[in-house]
Amino acid sequence: MRSPLSPEMATQEVPLNETLAHLKTESETLKLKLEEERAKLHDVELHQVAEKVEGLGQFVMKTRRTLKGHGNKVLCMDWCKDKRRIVSSSQDGKVIVWDAFTTNKEHAVTMPCTWVMACAYAPSGCAVACGGLDNKCSVYPLSLDKNENLAAKKKSVAMHTNYLSACSFTNSDMQILTSSGDGTCALWDVESGQLLQSFHGHAADVLCLDLAPSETGNTFVSGGCDKKANVWDMRSGQCIQSFETHESDINSVRYYPSGDAFASGSDDATCRLYDLRADREVAIYSKESIIFGVSSVDFSLSGRLLFGGYNDYTINVWDVLKGTRVSILFGHENRVSTLRVSPDGTAFCTGSWDHTLRIWA
Amino acid sequence: MSSSSSIVAMKKVVQQLRFEASINRVKVSQAAAELQQFCMNNATQDPLLTGMSSSTNPFRPQKVCSFL
Repeated sequence: MRSPLSPEMATQEVPLNETLAHLKTESETLKLKLEEERAKLHDVELHQVAEKVEGLGQFVMKTRRTLKGHGNKVLCMDWCKDKRRIVSSSQDGKVIVWDAFTTNKEHAVTMPCTWVMACAYAPSGCAVACGGLDNKCSVYPLSLDKNENLAAKKKSVAMHTNYLSACSFTNSDMQILTSSGDGTCALWDVESGQLLQSFHGHAADVLCLDLAPSETGNTFVSGGCDKKANVWDMRSGQCIQSFETHESDINSVRYYPSGDAFASGSDDATCRLYDLRADREVAIYSKESIIFGVSSVDFSLSGRLLFGGYNDYTINVWDVLKGTRVSILFGHENRVSTLRVSPDGTAFCTGSWDHTLRIWA
Repeated sequence: MSSSSSIVAMKKVVQQLRFEASINRVKVSQAAAELQQFCMNNATQDPLLTGMSSSTNPFRPQKVCSFL
């Protein structure tokens, strides 16, 4: 029975409520349908398909270089395309460029903020990008003149409304992709600082991102505190696929070298592999004895090995196909916070809360 | 929160779900076979997998030559 409202209000009131209820029902139905469609194609597990593949032998991987110089926790690092230079950033606000062969420091910049959580090398090798608690991503051109004050040439590119968690140049020095504690990702033009595209869909802080290998087109994957990994179309800004199987924050995402899948590392102590064409999780890399979160993951060149840096100070090396652990590496004296394989796959670098970076091969 | 803004938000959620539900998927067996094939095809080019010798890996220590 309708209450005595004015004629306009009476006609508006009832249809709005029905539509909201209908939409909620439809959304629940669609979610179930999505699960059913994914389940229909789940005819086998990856490790079953890989049963006939030869197992991997013993691995001898050791620390070959230790990079010392940061005064506090190392939070992020990235390789230069020249396969020998590395940029790293730290809680103390310092960003350092190293020659990993010689362990020499080539450049150092002090950021105006602490907790520089993100840093990236430009494809040309001529600049680095970084940011963190300043909510920005800034680009510093690297000068050949070691005495030049890098901070003077700093260019502010990205502005978020919360901390910068990750950044990456796209295929050129001209565009940067960022992720933030404000729950969004964004694509920026470096020269003008203009926002080219923004990516909305995460329900909480976005912690990580990775660009698809250039052959596979314009997409990237992001992971966040909402336990979701989202795949985005860079041009339209649309989320094209979404995966929610982790039980806690996703700290790291990395594409499989073919671009057809990606791995994730989470505070739930597992790494997972998601295949994009099957549109589902196809492997979990975990052990009962591993109870600390994964901060960072990366693949070896062929995609056969997955390296994970953990909060229990170790690195676990996984056989991606068989789902088994092939090696555990010790050395860091605190959490491993960042891990990247070199561009030519000859080594990988880890950064840690113990203030150092290590090169392993 | 007004009813109309939650409707707009729900419409976006439904649109997104419709889009995600409609994509083409392949069977896991096929996807897994292709992942495996990629690994196999590139295994010999993977230095961390094959374990490069000291002479070719720039990070491994060079064997020292000594005069006998």
